[in-house]
Amino acid sequence: MTLNSDFLRRFRRNRGAVAGLVALLMVGLVALLAPWLAAHDPWAMVGQPFLPPGQAPGLPLGSDALGRDVAAGLVHGARVSLLIALVATAVSLLLGITVGALAGYHGGWVDAGLMRFTELFQAVPGFALAIVVVAIFQPTLVSIVGAIALVSWPSVARLVRSEFLSLRQREFVAAAQLAGQGSLTIIFRQILPNAVSPIVVMGSLMVASSILMESGLSFLGLGDPNQMTWGYMVGAARTALRQAWWIAVFPGLAIALTVLALNLVGEGLSDGLNTRLGGRAR
Amino acid sequence: MKPALLIEGLSIRLPAGADRALAVEAVDLELPAGRTLCVVGESGSGKSMVANAVMGLLPRPQVAPVAGRILFEGRDLLALPEREWRRVRGCRIGMVFQEPMTSLNPVMRIGEQIGEVLDAHQPLPRAERRARIVGALGDVGLPDPATLIDSFPFRLSGGQRQRVMIAAALVLEPTLLIADEPTTALDVTTQAQILALMRDLQRRKGMSMLFITHDFGVVADIADEVAVMQRGRVVERGAARQLLNHPQHAYTQALIAAIPHGRTRASQAAGRPLLQVSGLCKTFRSGGGLFRRPREVPAAQAVDLHVDAGETLGVVGESGSGKSTLGRLLTGLIAADAGHIRFDGQELAADLRRRPRADRAAIQMVFQDPYASLNPRHVVGAAIAAGPIEQGMARAQALALARELLGRVGLDPEAADRYPHEFSGGQRQRIAIARALATRPRLIVADEPVSALDVSVQAQVLALFEQVRREFGLSLVFITHDLRVAAQMCDRLAVMKGGRIVETGDTATLLASPQHPYTRELLAAAPHFHSALEAAGA
Repeated sequence: MTLNSDFLRRFRRNRGAVAGLVALLMVGLVALLAPWLAAHDPWAMVGQPFLPPGQAPGLPLGSDALGRDVAAGLVHGARVSLLIALVATAVSLLLGITVGALAGYHGGWVDAGLMRFTELFQAVPGFALAIVVVAIFQPTLVSIVGAIALVSWPSVARLVRSEFLSLRQREFVAAAQLAGQGSLTIIFRQILPNAVSPIVVMGSLMVASSILMESGLSFLGLGDPNQMTWGYMVGAARTALRQAWWIAVFPGLAIALTVLALNLVGEGLSDGLNTRLGGRAR
Repeated sequence: MKPALLIEGLSIRLPAGADRALAVEAVDLELPAGRTLCVVGESGSGKSMVANAVMGLLPRPQVAPVAGRILFEGRDLLALPEREWRRVRGCRIGMVFQEPMTSLNPVMRIGEQIGEVLDAHQPLPRAERRARIVGALGDVGLPDPATLIDSFPFRLSGGQRQRVMIAAALVLEPTLLIADEPTTALDVTTQAQILALMRDLQRRKGMSMLFITHDFGVVADIADEVAVMQRGRVVERGAARQLLNHPQHAYTQALIAAIPHGRTRASQAAGRPLLQVSGLCKTFRSGGGLFRRPREVPAAQAVDLHVDAGETLGVVGESGSGKSTLGRLLTGLIAADAGHIRFDGQELAADLRRRPRADRAAIQMVFQDPYASLNPRHVVGAAIAAGPIEQGMARAQALALARELLGRVGLDPEAADRYPHEFSGGQRQRIAIARALATRPRLIVADEPVSALDVSVQAQVLALFEQVRREFGLSLVFITHDLRVAAQMCDRLAVMKGGRIVETGDTATLLASPQHPYTRELLAAAPHFHSALEAAGA
């Protein structure tokens, strides 16, 4: 109990993190309620093309080159962007934690082998790898999630490995071995709970970078053609940027604000989970 | 005579939320010129705060002096602006810290680190500067100062680094030297040399010395005046011999009574061998890669020993002697490269993971660091119950056993539901003992179990070891660097150096007539509090 209230106290002291959390909750709420919030189907042509914001009733953020509702696109885009980012982060955490934990706990040739394998992925520029994967497997939700996860997990594996390398030297691990606990029990029950804090912080930042990567892929036309996403909206608007700034700016702002919010929350989590940060004023 | 340093009514506040409001409360200290004042206390007593306040090194503004004066050379140091402070620090007052391994910059040459002090206060021409540094290094007994001046710190041992720190503190011939636990991180033989050096320098240069320590053995060795601190207050002060021989305050009396007396005890062994080890070898390889040959460190070389049922075997030695490795080899946490471990007549696998479940339970361990040996995310009861559960005991029964054991080691059974961070170091060590007892072992390997504890807590934990050894009919392998502790706990001693057992024998016999030169050296270096007092009193 005290742990939780301490965590909240430290998290709350970071004002930016609280603001980020509020912003993030709003984005999440919008994503959940998208079908009810949006006046139109994001793909439906509901008015004249290139209507500036506030010109036509029912189109508060204007319309795009095909007369589609920008506000509806924004609201539905939140859904897809967040979904892809969360699932991709979960997948890469799963992969990264498994590889990092095995490498860090066992050390020796297991560590050497797994780390060389990890470096294979780190040696290729991440975004280029993602483009190749999506291009080969056709752009669908699954392939995009897979591509993002594939380029994100190595950093998790590195982090978890370094945590495990230092934690497995602790004497409580030796005590667990003497108690007769097996490797898996020690990895999951003894060591992993102590490594949770940095993993949680990294996870929150990875959601942000996944949103950026998904936007980048969509911008290049490698998004799922059946899903309205923020990146796709920015990409589609770039040819008409000088006539109709609003088509690109609103989804761009949505990306920037969400990523900023996630970064702030990540920093707050790192403050909150850092138990040594007793009396730091902020 | 005018005192070199006079502290009057010094109070230092702690940040809000600390365990007490004032770290140091109304402290009066007086250090006569040319003498040594030892400030003694346990951890958290505020003794280091006093030293840092004199040096102006308090982490302001969270921790700051709120009352009192520190008079040095006619000025109140607390009233000095930062610029004046800098002129005093290093020049008029030198300081030596506890950790020789971290207080030197690893990427700077030795000479430069000392030269920095000169540059800050007294710029000299190149040749003269170098001569001063070489002189300072020679002063502290370092070999070949002319070459040493251009080496990097990693070439030096801990004791040599501490000498460099002392040389840097003394290069400008300050009138006051502050030493904050300068020998705590060192081995006993090195500690004895550094203490002798400091005493010698102090006499030769006529300095005054403020010496912070927790160790009464060191106090008896070096102090002229003593002040005892408890929870931020000076509870007793006076001339060293008077205070140590006739302590007036109850706290001082308790502290002195808690010092391991080093008297040997009657043998408890039943005579039946429980553990027999022969030809145990272990070599650590590190730093090797695909294309490089690894560095090899022999940590155990053909070690033979035996432990009888009900016996306590002490393994003593300095850091790096391989005594901790030996403990882990016995338990199987580290697999030996060669050799045999026979337990109760049966051969045990070198690797713990290859031992059958029942055998794993038979040898347990208590570790040195009570803060690292309990998982911070597990409640105490679960930590103790883990062993029995792995042995096949039902969960509820194991948790009940955990509560019972907590009672046996002098804790409240309700402690089972709390997390380790709610306990003090001594309490955690009790929990670790309960955990070791949970699988009904016949042998416990205790690796420096009391060296991280304050002296009063240390005495209690040692008493607990003795109590559970009797109640549970255990044998103990007691690894320690402290000969006094070994003498009072152990039936037999094995002295280790460089991975070998150089001498073994009955505690009383071995201490009375050590055969190996290293054992003699170790014995001579150990701070013998009681015998030092007797010698001083005579």
